[in-house]
Amino acid sequence: MTTMTDPPGRGFRLSQLIYDTRYRSMTIQVVAMILLMLLFSWLVSNTIHNLQNLGKDFDFGFLSQPSGYDINQRLIDYNSQSTHGRAALVGIINTVLVAFLGCALATILGVIAGVLRLSNNWLVSRLMAVYVEGFRNVPLLLWIVLIFALMTESTPAPSAFRGENPDSTMLFDVFAITNRGVYIPAIHFGTPFFDNGFFNWLLVLIVLGASIFGIQRLRHWATEKQEATGARPTTWYFILGLLVIPTAILMVLMGAFWDIPSLQGFNFGGGIHLRNSLIALWLALSLYTGAFIAEIVRGGILAVSKGQTEAAYALGLRPGTTMNLVILPQAMRVIIPPLISQFLNLTKNSSLAIAVGYMDVRSTLGGITINQTGRELEGMLLLGLFYLVLSLLISGAMNIYNASVKLKER
Amino acid sequence: MSEVHAQTVAYVRDSMVEQREPPLSQSGAYKWIHENLLSSWVNVLLTIVSLWVIWVALSHVIPWAALGIWSADSLAQCREIRDEIYGAGASVACWAVISERWNQLLFGFYPPELYWRPVLAFVVFLAAIAPVLFASLPRKMLWGSVVAPFALFWLIWGGSIWMPVAVALGFVLGWAVLRFAGPAIGALGGVVLAIVVPVLYWLFLAGPLAGGLAAALPIGLEPVGSNDIGGFMLATIIGVSGIILSLPLGIVLALGRQSDLFIINKCSVIFIEVIRGVPLIVWLFTASLLLNYFLPPGTNFDLMLRVIIMVTLFSSAYIAEVVRGGLAALPKGQYEAADALGLDYWKSMRLIILPQALKISIPGIVNTFIGLFKDTTLVVFIGLLDPIGLSNAIRASTEWNGIYWELFVFIGLCFFVFCFSMGRYSLFLEKKLRREHR
Repeated sequence: MTTMTDPPGRGFRLSQLIYDTRYRSMTIQVVAMILLMLLFSWLVSNTIHNLQNLGKDFDFGFLSQPSGYDINQRLIDYNSQSTHGRAALVGIINTVLVAFLGCALATILGVIAGVLRLSNNWLVSRLMAVYVEGFRNVPLLLWIVLIFALMTESTPAPSAFRGENPDSTMLFDVFAITNRGVYIPAIHFGTPFFDNGFFNWLLVLIVLGASIFGIQRLRHWATEKQEATGARPTTWYFILGLLVIPTAILMVLMGAFWDIPSLQGFNFGGGIHLRNSLIALWLALSLYTGAFIAEIVRGGILAVSKGQTEAAYALGLRPGTTMNLVILPQAMRVIIPPLISQFLNLTKNSSLAIAVGYMDVRSTLGGITINQTGRELEGMLLLGLFYLVLSLLISGAMNIYNASVKLKER
Repeated sequence: MSEVHAQTVAYVRDSMVEQREPPLSQSGAYKWIHENLLSSWVNVLLTIVSLWVIWVALSHVIPWAALGIWSADSLAQCREIRDEIYGAGASVACWAVISERWNQLLFGFYPPELYWRPVLAFVVFLAAIAPVLFASLPRKMLWGSVVAPFALFWLIWGGSIWMPVAVALGFVLGWAVLRFAGPAIGALGGVVLAIVVPVLYWLFLAGPLAGGLAAALPIGLEPVGSNDIGGFMLATIIGVSGIILSLPLGIVLALGRQSDLFIINKCSVIFIEVIRGVPLIVWLFTASLLLNYFLPPGTNFDLMLRVIIMVTLFSSAYIAEVVRGGLAALPKGQYEAADALGLDYWKSMRLIILPQALKISIPGIVNTFIGLFKDTTLVVFIGLLDPIGLSNAIRASTEWNGIYWELFVFIGLCFFVFCFSMGRYSLFLEKKLRREHR
């Protein structure tokens, strides 16, 4: 047993709360907490008071009332008799659509520009530098507005396509670029399995996914075979067949056919109509974010020391293999975290849709719905929550990926 | 081997070969072109494609911009002049829209006879910011930087001079309390008092004091409302205020996030994540639609002030994350060394940790500032007339209906100049502060 050697305590004095480091942090936290609670209660009581003065209450019932406005851009069924909640859902899907398209194109552009900026070719690297600096230093809003103005004011009207000798012709006879938007061919089903088009496409996606899974199993099997016998079986025609045939059979069964846009009356009909607002937003977001991603990719590749390349060459690896097996896996670790935040930025920036009238969630839930029902508080709260949840989801998903590629230190 | 003798060597050099230039393929422009442009067939292809891109871009842009028409009253007149000079349908710019609306794009609807005030304010601002940016200037100039915000406010918004003076007195008061009362009642009490006294002064004394002084000695400028401020002036005011205010707030938030104190840590994390998770445009709408709900009934303050507050909070959350990265990048030994010297928390932060952490985070901080400056264009959505809002208004007017390239090129170039120079300054600062030997 140890003996007590400390001098007997003199009891607790109030001044210890401030001067004794053991207690001081507690004091500071408690004071901070009290101040924060006071601030919150002040804000909430103000809000309640103000709402009472205006004769409003706090109620999300408006979400189930008919909206009474139309949305031109939609992926799911909606009409002006649908509820505000449905309108918000249409907006959410539109936001997710443009964010997804934007992230995909921005990554492609960014990787190409980032790699080309490191090119030995002086002209190419300078051109990419101009692209990156040009887009990074000018507000995104300006790009969106400019591309939208270009799309609506310098493209031909549908009437220009009419007649024997039209002023404009369709690109490859299937794409029509007009001032009302771009018309591209669509795939329709003659004998669909489901009434709802969404489920048909889901079925196609499921079959395609199963094919890809099968291909992966096949490659795995080939690798095992190679490790056991030393010879890799030829698999490319199996892979090709697996990729194409099941989906093709399904498409034929459902009676898939191309719906090519054509001039009908005063406007184009058929195909998919991509509105100028969507295209302007998509291109501007991708080009702008692509410039940032280019810098991230360049930084990531530069962060891998040159010795790694030299070591790989010394082992006799070819440049392509070196890039795939040595450089990229290491660069990915540096690239992924900032790439996540660029995806998040792009998603949040898609709210600039307001500039071109694209009906994203901010325009439906945070715009027309609020204006019609006068529920600013509830609407903005839901809107903020949506973006917050979306951001946390994206960063959560990317962090899981990040954890799987990061350096395993033991 | 014995047969091999020195004498049997068949050739001995007896004269030096003259030094010669390296072969043409190994030096000068030829080598450079060969290595940088034509080293392989892929490279040749890339070079040809780039040359073509450059040619297409320049051959369209240069004649268009250089032959532009500078004086006309409307787009129709511009086209008439163009048809007269270059023939119908030639593609030339109509810069007349810039020369006609130049003042509007710069100042918005600020009264034209008072343009000297923002111009003077801009000069004062440059003079005030110079000693902060460049350490080689005399340090005494920093006093000017301290006074400048009040002078700038007075110059731009006008009104009685006593208002900014009374507000400034509050800071002097706080400093005086810290300086003289602090030693008497202990450090912590001094800090608390230095915060409480000025706040009480601003709440209860500053208003009457300014009113009294204005009544006794009416010195002032003609007041200009916030609604009249627009264009690049608005963008600069919001951007610069946001930048200056968000840096200290961001640092405090970063320290809070790194702190061991549970409640403070969690509060900082929630604040940062919530602010960063929602687009700025939603915050701006919150500021314009909802802020009045949260404040006591009857409170109504300037929309521009609300925007500045929102922009500041927004970018401080981003800066907090950047600074946190800097704090985390410091070796643990630096913290331990500060503790070993017996420094308390604030002293160790101020003298050892923060200078290094901030140096590491300079690129990130400047990037955030550039982003903030570009984001000032978003205020167009809540009805403030920033450059893009003005360009929309100009495009909607009957004279200039249908014009877009010229306006967008001009606005884009202005932003480019601002943002690009900020980026270059950050590179300069990084180079200056580099301490490692390389």
